[in-house]
Amino acid sequence: MDHIELSLIQSLDHCIKCNICTSACPVAAVTDAFPGPKYVGPQAQRFRHAAQPVPDASVDYCSGCRVCNQVCPTGVRIAELNARARAQIVAERGMPLRNRIIARSGLVGRLSSGPHAPLVNFTLNFAPARWLIEQVMGIHRHAPLPKASTYTFRSWFKRHKPATNGRRPQVVYFHGCSTNYYEPRVGKAAIAVLEHLGFEVIVPPQRCCGLPLLSNGDFPAAQRYHEYNVAQLLPYARAGIPIVGTSTSCTLTLKEEAPELLGLHGDDVRAVAAGTYDIFEFLRNLHEQGRLRTDFRPIERTLPYHPPCQLRAHRIGRPVLDVLGLVPGLRLRESRAECCGIAGTYGLKREKYQIAMDVGKPLFDFVRASGQDLALCDSETCRWQISGATGVATRHPIEILAEAYGLAV
Amino acid sequence: MQTLSTDVLVIGGGATGTGCALDLAMRGIRCILVEKGDVTHGTTGRYHGLLHSGGRYVTKDPQSATECARENAILRRIMPHCIEQTSGFFVITPWDDESYGDVFVANCHRTGVPVQEITVAEMLRREPALNPRISRVFEVPDASADSFLATHSVALAAREYGAEIRTYHNVVDLIRVGNRVMGAIVEDLRSGERIRIDCAYVLNAAGAWAGKIAALAGVTVTVVPGKGTMVAMNHRMVNTVVNRCKLPSDGDIIVPIHTVAVIGTTDVHVPDPDVFGIEPEEIQFMLDEGEKLIPGFRQYRALRAWAGVRPLYKDKDVASDRDIPRTFKLLDHEERDGVSGIFSIVGGKWTTYRLMAEQTVNELARRLGNTQPCRTASEVLPVPRFEHRAHAMVTVSPDPAAQTPHYWLGKPLALVESEHAAADLICECELVTRDRIVAAIDAGAHNLDDIRRDVRMGMGPCQGGWCIYRTANLLYERRCADGLSHTHANEAILHFLQERWKGLTPVLWGDQLRQARLDELIYAGVLGIHRLRALAEPGGGLVTQHPAIATEYVQA
Repeated sequence: MDHIELSLIQSLDHCIKCNICTSACPVAAVTDAFPGPKYVGPQAQRFRHAAQPVPDASVDYCSGCRVCNQVCPTGVRIAELNARARAQIVAERGMPLRNRIIARSGLVGRLSSGPHAPLVNFTLNFAPARWLIEQVMGIHRHAPLPKASTYTFRSWFKRHKPATNGRRPQVVYFHGCSTNYYEPRVGKAAIAVLEHLGFEVIVPPQRCCGLPLLSNGDFPAAQRYHEYNVAQLLPYARAGIPIVGTSTSCTLTLKEEAPELLGLHGDDVRAVAAGTYDIFEFLRNLHEQGRLRTDFRPIERTLPYHPPCQLRAHRIGRPVLDVLGLVPGLRLRESRAECCGIAGTYGLKREKYQIAMDVGKPLFDFVRASGQDLALCDSETCRWQISGATGVATRHPIEILAEAYGLAV
Repeated sequence: MQTLSTDVLVIGGGATGTGCALDLAMRGIRCILVEKGDVTHGTTGRYHGLLHSGGRYVTKDPQSATECARENAILRRIMPHCIEQTSGFFVITPWDDESYGDVFVANCHRTGVPVQEITVAEMLRREPALNPRISRVFEVPDASADSFLATHSVALAAREYGAEIRTYHNVVDLIRVGNRVMGAIVEDLRSGERIRIDCAYVLNAAGAWAGKIAALAGVTVTVVPGKGTMVAMNHRMVNTVVNRCKLPSDGDIIVPIHTVAVIGTTDVHVPDPDVFGIEPEEIQFMLDEGEKLIPGFRQYRALRAWAGVRPLYKDKDVASDRDIPRTFKLLDHEERDGVSGIFSIVGGKWTTYRLMAEQTVNELARRLGNTQPCRTASEVLPVPRFEHRAHAMVTVSPDPAAQTPHYWLGKPLALVESEHAAADLICECELVTRDRIVAAIDAGAHNLDDIRRDVRMGMGPCQGGWCIYRTANLLYERRCADGLSHTHANEAILHFLQERWKGLTPVLWGDQLRQARLDELIYAGVLGIHRLRALAEPGGGLVTQHPAIATEYVQA
């Protein structure tokens, strides 16, 4: 057992039962089904045994939002303990079909996107079909499902010709499943911005980052995906070429979630983790080095912005506020809500949909009260949740940045 | 003075005394047991919780090894709810003599201790935290045992068979007429009332205190109180009992029991079983030894340290204390000292308590003309009411292991989950619900420390930070109708806090120091505990101040 693994296991010893996490947990606040992070985390962990039956199931109501980790005064890695406990349940009792499907966002995306996407989208908007899906699959009929794209980001990128040629610094773009299959426009905006800043963008083969599998407890499958991605990204990481992503969940998974939860601490995994950046983290770094172009057009707007849980888990502050703050006229109002509730695939589930909506209520109220027809958020599932709950279109901040640069996407 | 009469007066409410009371009662012999504290108040409630396979004794004390091996199988049968089937390893670390491995195996075979060598790879698969530099591993049927629960079960069975068990009754004097002991004067420490108990035989089963009792009859029994200090670590980094494969010495065993892993023990002879301290060097030494078995051991959180006193009997012909065997001995004082009417059962260990009782009661029965055979090896013991409800079955899992009546680590969590009782926990760390605390109070727990022994309240990481005042409130609610006043409950809080604090002081660093700071803020900062002294007084049946039980375990 290496020292990183040991420190995770020993982190349960740091709990002093102060219950600050219990007070801060957005899920425990709205449902009795979840006894709270301290209870299912460091407290219950003392009763778990790798070779004995899993004694509890309520840990499955942890949404994985990591608010507990942020507020813990003694550094207990509660969210990781919970994710591992869930994986033990899955390893022992198996995974429901529903979770096996929604955890494979790459596969679902591949099947949904393409020329037939309008048909898929129509079906998923059709109430009787959703009722049937709820009955058969347990996906809540009102849960926010993304609209499949008629083309994939990768197919677009293959045809894409950069405006300028010649020797330029390189950057690797990790698009993730949602950009590829549902929101190619986010990837197009990212490419446009990065090329505007003088980079040559490389899009290597990649699979799902594995986060939906991790949060649904299928660790063996997540490990296969992660190892594939590490193998693809490693040559760039080793060459010092930065890896940037627009999905803050994917980048967090590459940086931290997968290595920690899966106990992968080899040199390769660490090199990729160290070379990965959230795109606004990368842009802010450029600005700090004086390399960010500031030829912005003014955007006279005041928009609500929600920094998602997964972004906060990066512990990089609010790079979106720092970078978009440079755009003349643009003002962002940061939400103080803990979580939108969706937590990836959590809020899609029939038994958890209402919890997710209750968790997100303060955020929805904030977005509605802004009176704007546009909100910003770094994470795709959070955007879908916010749009679904409020009817306010929600976009990735990179799209606004592209607009500020006057880039046609 | 009230006078009671019985056949046998058993002195001592540890494993041995209650075991004797049950055996006597089963054979139809009338008996009264007196104990100055709660049952398991002495050494029984202060050991590491190992159900010996016998492996530790195969070389130095083969008779004990054989006794342990036999009793191990019997106890698994008669008290499955008290025993967790952890299994046990004897491991050869780089610090141990490689050649002892073969000697160990040969001696296991000779003494009847089942043993099997497993590969180091298999050991690491089962216990990844163990030192990969371990060279050989031998598996034996060690297990962990809940000695509080076991003794309560024995006491409950004894009562069901008609034995009378009086806790918080201190022996003030033995009545000796000529060369015969006729009975005893005991004091009810709750009321101060004295009672005379006439009996045919006094059975001195006072363990480390046996010398003090014998002295009341004018008889010399040399019991060398062997202090063993133990440290409970906050969680189980191993789920198997791990012993160093060498001759037994300090800090060479880790026992996973309930939610903690206990490392033990030291062996220091102390002059008085009531007065001794825990030295910082003992703790440091054990953590260093733990590091040899589990790399990183020092970084884990130490929860608490405590000590028990082994009742080592020094026979008249033993020259050095080191040669004292761990086996037990029944002393017939008529034969030995010319004083009739009194026997002492001395030495031994928890694992062999039943055998000690059997041999003792065989002799007493013979004297009393009773011809009933011993049946304690075959009758399954009852489960006390305060123990988890639906104890025999937990149906959270199709796994047959979960269906057995054996204790398993996840059981308390599974029960709270199945009863949706997460919001009704009094002790959060050990998952003790309100129902179980109330059941313990109603079953006769006299004070907070009794409740702790019954249901583990206050034994987790926060060491009572959150549950002491809650439990005190329940104690008051349940017993105020019997005359318990709030000042008595306040006294109980003060006493119990002090009791918890004693075990914390030797391990005050790192996480436990952080915990102590929070607990201090709760009690001193929020609750103003320092002002409670003026509003507290002993009484209400809460025995907290009597010197007979209050002086023990002070710092030397």
